[in-house]
Parts: sequence; C-alpha cells; structure tokens
Amino acid sequence: MTHEHGRVRLQPDHAGLQPDHAGGQPDQPAAAITTIAGRGLPLRGNDIDTDRIMPARFLRAVSFEGLDEHLFEDDRAADRSHPFNDSCFAGAAILVVNANFGCGSSREHAPQGLARAGIRAIVGESFSEIFQGNAAIIGVPCFAADRADVEALQAAIERAPDTTITADVGSGAITAGPLRFTARLPPALRDAFVSGQWNPTAMLLDRYDEVNQVAARLPYVRGF
Amino acid sequence: MAETLFHKVWDLHAVRRLPSGQTQLFVGLHLIHEVTTPQAFDMLRQHGWRVARPDRTFATIDHIVPTTAVRRPFLDVMAEDMTVALERNCREFGIPLWPPGDDNQGIVHVIGPELGLTQPGITIACGDSHTSTHGALGAIAFGIGTSQVRDVLASQCLALDPLKVRRIDVTGTLKRGVYAKDVILTIIRHLGVQGGVGYAYEYGGPTIERLSVDERMTICNMSIEGGARVGYINPDETTYAFLKGRPFAPSGGAFDRAVAWWRQLASDRDARYDDRVAFDASTIDATVTWGINPGQSVAVTEPIAGDPRDEAFAFMGFQPGARVAGTKIDVAFIGSCTNARLSDLEEAARLVKGHRVAPHVKALVVPGSRGVSRAAEARGLHEIFIDAGFEWRGAGCSMCLGMNPDRLEGRQICASSSNRNFKGRQGSPTGRTLLMSPAMVAAAAIAGEVVDVREKLEEVPA
Repeated sequence: MTHEHGRVRLQPDHAGLQPDHAGGQPDQPAAAITTIAGRGLPLRGNDIDTDRIMPARFLRAVSFEGLDEHLFEDDRAADRSHPFNDSCFAGAAILVVNANFGCGSSREHAPQGLARAGIRAIVGESFSEIFQGNAAIIGVPCFAADRADVEALQAAIERAPDTTITADVGSGAITAGPLRFTARLPPALRDAFVSGQWNPTAMLLDRYDEVNQVAARLPYVRGF
Repeated sequence: MAETLFHKVWDLHAVRRLPSGQTQLFVGLHLIHEVTTPQAFDMLRQHGWRVARPDRTFATIDHIVPTTAVRRPFLDVMAEDMTVALERNCREFGIPLWPPGDDNQGIVHVIGPELGLTQPGITIACGDSHTSTHGALGAIAFGIGTSQVRDVLASQCLALDPLKVRRIDVTGTLKRGVYAKDVILTIIRHLGVQGGVGYAYEYGGPTIERLSVDERMTICNMSIEGGARVGYINPDETTYAFLKGRPFAPSGGAFDRAVAWWRQLASDRDARYDDRVAFDASTIDATVTWGINPGQSVAVTEPIAGDPRDEAFAFMGFQPGARVAGTKIDVAFIGSCTNARLSDLEEAARLVKGHRVAPHVKALVVPGSRGVSRAAEARGLHEIFIDAGFEWRGAGCSMCLGMNPDRLEGRQICASSSNRNFKGRQGSPTGRTLLMSPAMVAAAAIAGEVVDVREKLEEVPA
C-alpha cells in the first residue's frame, strides 16, 4: 500500500478478478468463496449512489483498468477526511456501509473499481439490487445486517483500523475482535458463492437445447 | 390461477432452475450501447464465445455522443474510440447498429419503443438502469451490469432471482400543470428511494390507464429511482394503438394475433400482489426535487422539511423551511430517457412560444432520438425553441449524466427534466440539479428561476 497525494492506494487486483473467473470455462467452476478476512474500511452515509462511487466521466473508457484510481474521486476532493483518503484504512478488504449503498446507475464500473482496490466483501444495512448483483458476479458478496450491528462495526474499525474482520459466507457470521453478529445474503447468492457458482455464464451455456426450446415456444420469437 | 403479468412473463421465459438456485431467464430483446459493453465483448473474445442471438440484439450510441455535430471522427477522442469499439464489435458479431447520424439513432430507451422493438410480454435487458422504461408497454425489462451483458450476449439468458410485485394504484384526476413526472416523483417521495428494492412495480388504476405511452414511459423510467429494478404497466388499447405500424411491430394478421396474446398477459383482475399502495392523483402538485436523491422532492411552493444536518442542505444551498420556487437557475435542460419524447417537447414548446429565455440562462433541448427530432421539426417545434433562445441539439443522453461535452460548470443550478439529482451527476462535482417536468423546465428557463408552471399555463391557450 502507498499513500500519495492524500489518496489511498489499496491493494491492486485480488483473486476474485483474475481473468479466469471472469467467465469460467463450462467445465471449470469458479473458485468457492467461503470466508473473507481482512481489515475494514468504514464509509458512513445512506443512499450513496454509483455516480458518487465512480463519477460518469471515468466510464469514458473501453476497459475497467485503473478504475480503482477514481473511486469517490469527487467526494474525496471535497472532503479531505473521506475514509478513502485516510491512510489508516489502506489495504482494507471489507467495506462497511450504511443503507441503500450503490443505488442509481447500473454501472458495473462501481464494484469493479472497489474490487480492483482490494475490496473483497461489503457489509452494509442494505444495497441496491443491481449493485448487489454486479458485485456478486465479480465475486464480491454484499452482506446485509441490522443498523446497530453495522454502526458498531464501523465504530470498531474507526477505533482500531488494524482489527481483522472475518465474514463467513455460509453462516453470515461477521466477527471483528469481540464484536460478532449475523448478516444476510440472498440465499441463491450465498449458495452460489459457497459452491463456486457465482459466475453464471458457464451454467447459462450448459444444456442450451432447453434455452432453444423456451425461445421456440415464445410467440414473438416465432413471429406470431 | 390469477396471476400478475410479471409472473406470467417470468414463467414463459424461465428456462430452468440453475444449480446455484437462481432462475435462468431467456431474454427476448437485448439492447446495447457504447458505455457498458466494450468489456463484455472483450470477455466474449477471451473465451471464444459467439453472440447467441444477434437477431435479438440491437445497438445504438447515445451516452457519449456529442449533440452539436455528428461529423466523424468526433473531436472528443474518447467518444470516437468508444464509438469505433462498438462499431467493430457489432461488425464482428453481426449485431445491427444505429450509429450517430443514422435515422434511428437515439437514447436506447427512446428508440426501443419508437421502433416497435419493445412489446408487451417480452423480457428485455440492457446495460443501463433506466431499462425499466420499457415496462410502459408491458415488457419486463431489467437494467444490468457489464458482466451480465456478457452473459446475455453469450447465452441470451440471465441468472436472476424472482421479484415480488407491488401494485401501485393511482386514482383521481391530475390537476392542470401536473404531469407524469410529478406523479412518479411523488410516488418515490412517499415510498422512498429504497422502497422498491426486491420488487417489480406494477402501476395501474384509472389515472395510469388514461396516460399516453409517452407518459407511461416517464413513470416506468424512474422506477429504479424508487429502488425497483422493474416497473411496468399492463398493456391495453393505448399500448396496441401505439405499436401498430411501427417498423419492428408485427403487421397484418400477425398484429391481430399478437394483440390476442398480449391481452391475456395482463395481470388478472384478482391477481395477488405482495404489496399494494394507492395514491390520489388529485392531491399531487407540481413537484421538484430540492436534494441529492430523487426522493427528496416537494411541491414547488411547499416549504422543504428535513434534518438540517442532512448533507443535501449544505450541498444544494437550501435551508429547511425554504421553498424551491424562486430559486434562480443557470441552466435549463430538456432531455433524457425520462422526458425527451415528442409529447414532452410539445408541452414545453407550448410554454416557450412567444417568450425569451432569461438572459442569464443557458437553455438546451436535446431530443431523445433522431425520430423525435424529425417529428418535432416537422411540427416546427425547433423554431419555437430556437426563437426563444434555446439551443436545439442532436439526440443523445447529453446533460443527464455529462458523459459528452454537455456538462454543468462549477456550482451551477440546473432545472432538468432528467432522472437523477445525485451529487456530480450532470458533470460538475459541485453542480446542482433540480428535477422537474419538462414544462416546468421550460417555464423556469423563461422566468430565469423556478416557478409554478401552473401560473404560466394560465397565460397559454389550452
């Protein structure tokens, strides 16, 4: 980790973003994701939209590379004490947010930027549906927990940024030192992470004759 | 069994339950654009996958396209690169593309319905959250991310969990000067920006049934601002009349057979919903946002309430108790997939005709598509706007999100017919957005400040 010009560089890339996981060959399931452990990054505030996470001007590109450089760029410029400017949290793997995180635009650039900065799981009060799906498909689980638990976790990280947080995908157990609570994942996503099936392309291409049968039954596909 | 349109369409398109527990859903129409697809095509190439159904995939260029001139190469080098990338991808994978300059080019959510691609009972996916717009015709349409775009390109399917359905009934008569935009802003204000998470919103009731398809699109478009990924309205005679004769709609006997199919897809009268809420349209006023999310709205003459510590107050420069009416504006933007169709421009032009834009206001009209431009120009609307001092631009997303050169500067305040008032949304990190109906934007452009459009309408022949 480095700290340059008041900006935190988190760890570049992580296992969940290796090219082999970005699609998965039909006979090769993606890796199971069962536990995530690492330091935390508390980001307080409700309704943090994807325009704030990744302003639109950084979508003017044909790849996702380098997006980690621009996470919360405008919020960070406006507020020097923004957690993403704070070197205490450099190297964090678990982002801890409040309600309705990732609302607004469906841009995958937002979770891509977070993942490329080393974020491997997000714990929050709640998430926008599209954001949660976009994060899941690149191997980043979004755990939902009660407000009091989330706030306690944020406060614990602020007090002791070096605390190791552990998130167990199967049970939803979140632990940080003496703090322990249960968070939730949608059951299908939870099972997909645990079984290594969080990247669905291979499954969608499997048994493709069934897709063709469904299509062939649809009146609009047949031309009425 | 009595069912909702959502469940009927879901069941018709469900291929199987995946080992992960999600449903594999066939996508009837995949719309793509330049911003959220280049990485998806790269992933396809990396795996050696082809596009499963190029015949059910259509592309256009809307987000980054300059609205001042479409001469190629674009002066904006990145816009040119992104355009070239989509052109190359469409050529390589055999996907039809309507590029800048093409008669059919426009905002993806405007051209889908306009060309008759969007039809009742179809599942639609597009790498854009405002895909919910297409539900106005009784389609079930999902905004998706780029990895899901890859999935749809490769398999014409999505892996999804089913949604619950919330019925939103709107009854009563809308007051003069109150529009579809005011209805959806009011719905979001009351149900919250997160209230729709996990739900598809089914809008219905006599008020909704009386709306045109254009107006229905404004409502469904902003479902996502209420947290609902999907919004829809059951198809009816208005829907069928809208579709008849459109280039990609069925024609002749096929149209009649299509209508018969569409008719029985509508939610059954006694369908069961996971939740129901009701709104009285006669209580809805001309509405405007004052804050930094689309749920933070008030009637234009109503005092703003809220916790003064909310960062929205400091960012926007409002105090609790203030009214938005009278707020001086710097920019007036009529555009976006929410409100840049022909009827939006007609209503705005009615207010503009014979007036001049206030000297300190930069005002622009960005039609939603080339088709909208042509139709508006055929009616002389462009001359009304230009005579009043508006800029009449080419079609695209423009200042809704500032991915092209159309951006706010500094702390400018923009009266905008778009969908999001997020911090930085219109291209300046400190720029401020007031969302409102296109008629309200027109009235604000003339007055130089936010006004209650109903006062201005009294001066306009009905």
